[in-house]
Amino acid sequence: MKVLGIDTSNMPLGIALVDGDVVKGEFITNVKKDHSSRAMPAIELLLRRCDVAPKDLDLIVVAKGPGSYTGVRIGVTIAKTLAWSLGIPIAGVSSLEVLAANGRYFPGVIVPLFDARRGQIYTGLYRYEGGALRCLEEDRIVAADEWARWLSKQEEDVLFIGADAPLYRDLFRSHLGERVHVAPPSLALPRPSELVMLGKQKERENAHLFVPNYLRLAEAEVKWLAKQKGEQNDGDQCSISANDHS
Amino acid sequence: MNEDVYMLGIETSCDETAAAVVKNGREALSNVVASQMESHRRFGGVVPEIASRHHVEQITLVIEEAMQQAGVSFADLDAVAVTAGPGLVGALLVGVNAAKALAFAHGLPLIGVHHIAGHIYANQLVTEMKFPLLALVVSGGHTELVFMKEHGNFVVIGETRDDAAGEAYDKVARALGLPYPGGPHIDRLAHEGEPVMDLPRAWLEEGSYDFSFSGLKSAVLNALHNAKQRGEEIDPRQMAASFQASVIDVLVTKTAQAAKEYGVRQVLLAGGVAANRGLRAALQEKMKELPDVELVIPPLSLCTDNAAMIAVAGTVLYQQGKRADLALNANPSLPLV
Repeated sequence: MKVLGIDTSNMPLGIALVDGDVVKGEFITNVKKDHSSRAMPAIELLLRRCDVAPKDLDLIVVAKGPGSYTGVRIGVTIAKTLAWSLGIPIAGVSSLEVLAANGRYFPGVIVPLFDARRGQIYTGLYRYEGGALRCLEEDRIVAADEWARWLSKQEEDVLFIGADAPLYRDLFRSHLGERVHVAPPSLALPRPSELVMLGKQKERENAHLFVPNYLRLAEAEVKWLAKQKGEQNDGDQCSISANDHS
Repeated sequence: MNEDVYMLGIETSCDETAAAVVKNGREALSNVVASQMESHRRFGGVVPEIASRHHVEQITLVIEEAMQQAGVSFADLDAVAVTAGPGLVGALLVGVNAAKALAFAHGLPLIGVHHIAGHIYANQLVTEMKFPLLALVVSGGHTELVFMKEHGNFVVIGETRDDAAGEAYDKVARALGLPYPGGPHIDRLAHEGEPVMDLPRAWLEEGSYDFSFSGLKSAVLNALHNAKQRGEEIDPRQMAASFQASVIDVLVTKTAQAAKEYGVRQVLLAGGVAANRGLRAALQEKMKELPDVELVIPPLSLCTDNAAMIAVAGTVLYQQGKRADLALNANPSLPLV
């Protein structure tokens, strides 16, 4: 079974081709350039180098977010269009779960994270159990200091993974002290081959209905909802939860 | 051309997810448009992030529908054409990446199309284009006079220096308390009123084919504001009629002038505002002064954003041997060349 993996959800661009249990090839860059002009050429290059034609593919796996809205959309659009037009299934994997996979063999809990700006992060809590990655706390967008306080209540060592993790090292240290471990640069980028391996275990989805998991509503929608609620509650303040843990 | 050309067109530059199949650049076998207007109405305008999200939800469904209605499979297609710009970048990206994925998966040539070239080429679904010609492109995002001496050759001889005509319509409509999108409402009200108010017309410098609508828009807003301060009421029908008369006067006069100066055989109307009854009627009347010039106004479904027009323009480029590669990107300010 030949599986193509696509991850454009954050700054790293990752493409992988896996044939059965063999990783045939991976393409990873971590540069601040647009995915739109680079993702399809990377896919074409990798398949050509591996002597695989598009029609030989059996499954498309895509990192479905969270991350850059535009980035996630590029990967998902390519993945669902390939899957639909080739008549093959699609599977989606959380972009955070892919990152957490780099923490294999770590004896504590794993916290993947992407910077979401304004002091917020996309994150979740994972652990390897019996060789399989398990999600303990679902993906969310949260203020980094709030997340650090929450994490400080549990007693295990914590591995923080992500290209943005070093930005928050001091914050997490101030709450968790010596239990903080930060993955080195060589483990800080999501591996598209891990994406494929995880995706093979996931439910197959209908390409037409496949959508990104943005983890939050568009800003205009949040404001609109707040305004509606505000009118209903006669001006009462309320918070809008935009989390959609699908 | 001896062989038939079947072109799949994809358009996602704003708030319509659209796909179409066109045969030989003349016959639309299908023309599917999934409009998001209802979704944006509550915001009073198109929200780019929400438009992009809808495009991802709709894109493969719309393409499949277009191919099914046309009764074609990927093996029947000769190429895929997609709007590469201008437009909302996040929205464009969905169409561009879907088109690239299709081109790659099925070994099809890929053609990047300029949105305005598409609007102009919508006319080829109505009649044969005769060169040299002049196109008046009027929409929510564009107000341009484009001269074409042959296929694929575009010279923008005039464009708006500030607001697009459709934009001015929407802003004036909002000031009059009309629902979004405001253009059709102003057109309707204008027909119930008389252009009794003296509103400015921006002719700009002698010989210029450029447009400017921001002064007119401000004049309307000021008049409404001043009347309110004085406790007076302005009849929205009179205001709509006066505003529309000013816009149309400038559009029609400059179009006729340019048609004369450039010695064109045809004048084409294109873009969403081409649906405006007042504009259609005034242009038809004015063009009687130039009996040798044919005026072409496409049906409404081909004036608003659609993918058949992209497939037509793509067919012309395809026949000229123009191809994009898989690095094709969305360009929100793509120039028309």
